[in-house]
Amino acid sequence: MSGHSTYQPQSAFMKWMEARLPIASLIHSSFVSYPTPRNLNYWWTFGGILSLMLGAQILTGIVLVMHYVPQETMAFNSVEHIMRDVNYGWLLRYLHSNGASMFFVAVYIHMFRGMYYGSYKEPREVLWILGVIIYLLMMATGFLGYTLPWGQMSFWGATVITNFFSAIPLVGEAVVTWLWGGFAVGNPTLQRFFSLHYLLPFVIAGVVLLHVWALHVVGQNNPTGIEPKSSKDTVPFTPYATVKDGFFMVVFMIVFAWFVFYTPNYLGHADNYIPANPAVTPAHIVPEWYYLPFYAILRAVPDKLLGVIALFASILILMFLPWLDTSKVKSARYRPLFRQFFWIFVAVCLGLGWLGAKPAEGGYVIAARILTIYYFAHFLIILPLLGFIEKTKPLPNSIEESVLGHGAAAPKKA
Amino acid sequence: MTATSSAGHTRRDFLYIATGAVGAVGAAAVAVPLISQMNPDASTIAAGAPIEVDLSPVAEGQVIKVFWRGKPIFVNHRTKKQIEEAVNVNLASLPDPQPDSARVKEGHANFQVLIGICTHLGCIPIAHSGPYDGYFCPCHGSVYDTSGRIRSGPAPTNLALPPYQFVSDTKIRIG
Repeated sequence: MSGHSTYQPQSAFMKWMEARLPIASLIHSSFVSYPTPRNLNYWWTFGGILSLMLGAQILTGIVLVMHYVPQETMAFNSVEHIMRDVNYGWLLRYLHSNGASMFFVAVYIHMFRGMYYGSYKEPREVLWILGVIIYLLMMATGFLGYTLPWGQMSFWGATVITNFFSAIPLVGEAVVTWLWGGFAVGNPTLQRFFSLHYLLPFVIAGVVLLHVWALHVVGQNNPTGIEPKSSKDTVPFTPYATVKDGFFMVVFMIVFAWFVFYTPNYLGHADNYIPANPAVTPAHIVPEWYYLPFYAILRAVPDKLLGVIALFASILILMFLPWLDTSKVKSARYRPLFRQFFWIFVAVCLGLGWLGAKPAEGGYVIAARILTIYYFAHFLIILPLLGFIEKTKPLPNSIEESVLGHGAAAPKKA
Repeated sequence: MTATSSAGHTRRDFLYIATGAVGAVGAAAVAVPLISQMNPDASTIAAGAPIEVDLSPVAEGQVIKVFWRGKPIFVNHRTKKQIEEAVNVNLASLPDPQPDSARVKEGHANFQVLIGICTHLGCIPIAHSGPYDGYFCPCHGSVYDTSGRIRSGPAPTNLALPPYQFVSDTKIRIG
């Protein structure tokens, strides 16, 4: 896809293969000779980390299914069976549950990196939208998976989230009954959630292929946000990007391992070690940490239907980001105003996350309302206006110039 | 000779439209069972048959919880004070105005029977709590009075009432 594959099959077998299925040259042009901007920093390693996490989750997930029973009277006990009886079951389950969290850590860093460097702008709109679709699928998969241990948080999380659809006028109740397969969350719900939880990661893998394909058509963005103009602006993917990606993958795995071995339940909830009880709702019900900002937005709106609409809108608005940001300059490096608003936006997202874990009362609700309004204002007011009022810094002539700084034309006063 | 008037229409055009039509009908026919299988199955519906509840052991001021169709049903044996408070409410001040008399069976105002599922997002409210001594939902803070009417919080409507009737003064049939 780079357009100039330098792959030359050596052995007779590879020559024979190349004439029939040129997979080796496809891999070579995509992951070996593929030109990557020479100035990529470590924020660009999270795409590889995300691929690794998807593979790891599928691997541990398939193994867990060999021991798990998706049935309402047995699900909770089968998870305890995995934890206590299955050889290394505790490790595999903690890898899978913490792996979900690490997956979201990586995707949030990946998304904020895209926002900071304007990676969603022309010609990368479709690449960005495919990424938002992957993120939506990840959220669905994470939610479905969290239901499977059939603890109290599983059960009531499933109840609350499926009830979002009861906000639909007229047909809401019928839709929810259809989703449940009963008159409340129960065994039919658990079984279909299990089926879909197994399916969606493979759908994600499919969209990831499209995401990577689109990436290889338009090429990677880079910290300057200007496109590579000559071969001096790029280096081959292997060894430069492979080593950089590999190094940071290992660093990321160390953090992952720290959670798994030292505080495996830190990101979970104690209530989920209580078997599901349809008669009692836990006193303080919160979703997993990676949904908290959206949960805060839901609770900030004092109307049921509008709250659910605001929640979905807060995610779907990302799809329109390429057109809401009117600035022609991609990278925040050369956008002094945008850079400040970007960090305010990051703080607002973290603030919403913190508020999502707090009880919905008093000052917390007021704060959540203010931050919710700001969240939408960032996309609908600030980004469109900045493109017109911001005075951007002069861009370097090329990536090479920004890195090596030769030529007096390089204004390096940041 | 006749072929000239329908020069644009060939056997292939006919096959194209006929194949498309039969294919579309077939796809729709297959979609029906695929969608329908997700609705409650026969055993789930059968398990939702009416139940009878004896109310004689329920003391005044006590709320009992029974399950019908997987939903918790609250039966609140209300005190005189609670009934008076529920009746003497300015209906115009309620988000979902409904007189108390419409939420109990005539002559049985002491027994309040309702579905104990918050109309916001389906959590189970806690009885005997909240500022109206009614129900309080711990999930998102909806407050209901002793009649199960929404008073504050994000829930859009009053707590739903199950279909039920009194078979005797101290026994009800739900369903």
